[in-house]
Amino acid sequence: MSNSQQSVVTDKNNGVAESILQVRNLHKRFDISGGFLDSLQFKAGKISRKREYVHAINGVNLEVYKGEALCVVGESGCGKSTVARTIMGLIKPSEGVISFKGQRIDNLSNSQMLPFRRKMQMIFQNPYASLNPRKTITETLEEPVKFHNPRFSAAQVKDKVAEVMLSVGVDPNWGVRFPHEFSGGQRQRISIARALTVEPEFIVADEPISALDVSIQAQVLNLMMDTQQERNLTYLFITHDLAVVEHFGTRVAVMYLGTVCELAATKTLFSTPKHPYTQALMSAIPRLDVKNTAHIKLTGEVPTPINLPGGCVFHGRCRHANERCKIQIPPLIVQNDGSQVACHAIEENRL
Amino acid sequence: MSFLEVKNLEVSFNLHSKSLKALQNISFNLERGERLGIVGESGAGKSVAAFAILNLISRPGKITAGEVLLDGEDLSKLSSQEMRKIRGNKVSMIFQDPMMTLNPVFTIGAQMIECLKAHRKISKSNATKIAIQKLKQVQIPSPEMRMNQYPHELSGGMKQRIIIAIALLMDPALIIADEPTTALDVTIQAEIMELLLDLCESNNVALILITHDLGVVSQVTQKTIVMYAGRIIEQGPTNEIINDAQHPYTQGLINALPQQTLPGEKLNQIRGSMPSLQDIPSGCSFNPRCDFVLDLCTQKRPEFTQSGGCSVACHMVKAMKDAEKGHSAHE
Repeated sequence: MSNSQQSVVTDKNNGVAESILQVRNLHKRFDISGGFLDSLQFKAGKISRKREYVHAINGVNLEVYKGEALCVVGESGCGKSTVARTIMGLIKPSEGVISFKGQRIDNLSNSQMLPFRRKMQMIFQNPYASLNPRKTITETLEEPVKFHNPRFSAAQVKDKVAEVMLSVGVDPNWGVRFPHEFSGGQRQRISIARALTVEPEFIVADEPISALDVSIQAQVLNLMMDTQQERNLTYLFITHDLAVVEHFGTRVAVMYLGTVCELAATKTLFSTPKHPYTQALMSAIPRLDVKNTAHIKLTGEVPTPINLPGGCVFHGRCRHANERCKIQIPPLIVQNDGSQVACHAIEENRL
Repeated sequence: MSFLEVKNLEVSFNLHSKSLKALQNISFNLERGERLGIVGESGAGKSVAAFAILNLISRPGKITAGEVLLDGEDLSKLSSQEMRKIRGNKVSMIFQDPMMTLNPVFTIGAQMIECLKAHRKISKSNATKIAIQKLKQVQIPSPEMRMNQYPHELSGGMKQRIIIAIALLMDPALIIADEPTTALDVTIQAEIMELLLDLCESNNVALILITHDLGVVSQVTQKTIVMYAGRIIEQGPTNEIINDAQHPYTQGLINALPQQTLPGEKLNQIRGSMPSLQDIPSGCSFNPRCDFVLDLCTQKRPEFTQSGGCSVACHMVKAMKDAEKGHSAHE
């Protein structure tokens, strides 16, 4: 049965890698029934209250190991950003357990959460919206340092900010400028700098390069890879761009409609994608070299997460679906090569 | 004479004190049924070029020089009345964001019929028939039902299909698609691009595809234009540009793609970023970011040099070509 503890990843020293973050059976539902009166319904002579939910995450199990970059990919609406935000404690999960280095963090109050915020930081998608337009760069970067290190002297704060700015390739003399004076790539560097000021161990990056141009994407990705090595960072990297994943990720989790359908080491996933959805996703990447006229076409669209399909969430668009797929939810099963796939067809050796 | 000829097109935006040239010296030809990709980073002027072709530049922008000849007729000189007869009829445009392009308060059917009625005398029932037929062409399931639906009832991919259907209503000879799949997911993007490609091929429609995604360009187009800071820096057959780019910027763009480097290796980045139109460097506008700068590059703007099937605006390429020529003459 599904148990992500079965997956053992070894690090470079050939020892078992230390797990830094664990997510167990995570669920998140958003109530969309509106106000009390909106939710009342008159049915068969009775007034009843009807609640409607968006099922954004449905039982996600993840484990992030120290020093790796775990990429989460999927189409829009598959719940990848919700996973990121729940892990950061920005939204509370409806069910499930999140633990950071063995300590449960999903049920903590805001003040109890504070020490963890130093260790976990987030980089957001849009650098135009995530920096306060009324604060200079120095002000933006000094704030987290001062907040998390109240005993720092003014000089120490300044030094720290200058050091971080240098490490992301932004001239510390530019600190007096405002965000609008910078280009998108520079702003994303500043966002990364802001995350680094408190010396975190773990960074959640939610589509950090989607809003940037190709040449700038390379700059920011290189920066993220450099800082990962220098500071021994662990990343949870959310993206929809598989080319980036192939380059950046240690392991990849493919999400579809709030569930993880395949979790594998990057090399394994790209050489032998197993889940039919992963295969379709792979074949849809526009490549430079080969004309991929024979991409796997998915019929239909992603169903709404309000009324989830029974059984495997992907069965409506899957070519290999049978009766069992419509009834029973497939668990993540560990394969011979260490990857985990949630698919009945693979379990039954039909695929 | 080509079907579409753009000659020395120049667009300026008049700000309070100065006028900024957003487009300069844009020239290219397009035959019927041919597919052209325009690539570049944001701010390169790709969208302004598309808007200028359709004479859609609005104040404070203005087409200050050049001509856009469609079947020999200069679109940049037409009055807005005459232009309305061309837009959506002979030339139609597909915009980036399908959520913003459709009017949220009218049904799909009403918006399609409106377009047909604007361009020809047609009864409502006939217009409905044509609209349904076009919806079938873009592979929309149960088109009759969709006619009565509002945009918010449809998914993003479905909306973009409908926009393509509307673009096809008057059987245009040219479609300009400005980043048509940027707002969509990869799997949907692949479907939409394939659909667009099929429709253009089967109806002999010319396509100008504006995108920043070199992968999409290599899959769909025959010719490619690479733009930088308002100018064309390289143009030629797509396969030559993708496989054997001459201009350092084009090479940089292609090499920056993650698929061009081994996993885990450092990506090849182009340092710096595109200059703003307010302070374009003298000489070649790419020179501050270029790894092959010659003295000439900072002084003189490069002219186009022919290299294979491509024309490239780069001093280095020209110097290399000249050296080759001198060498062969010597022998």
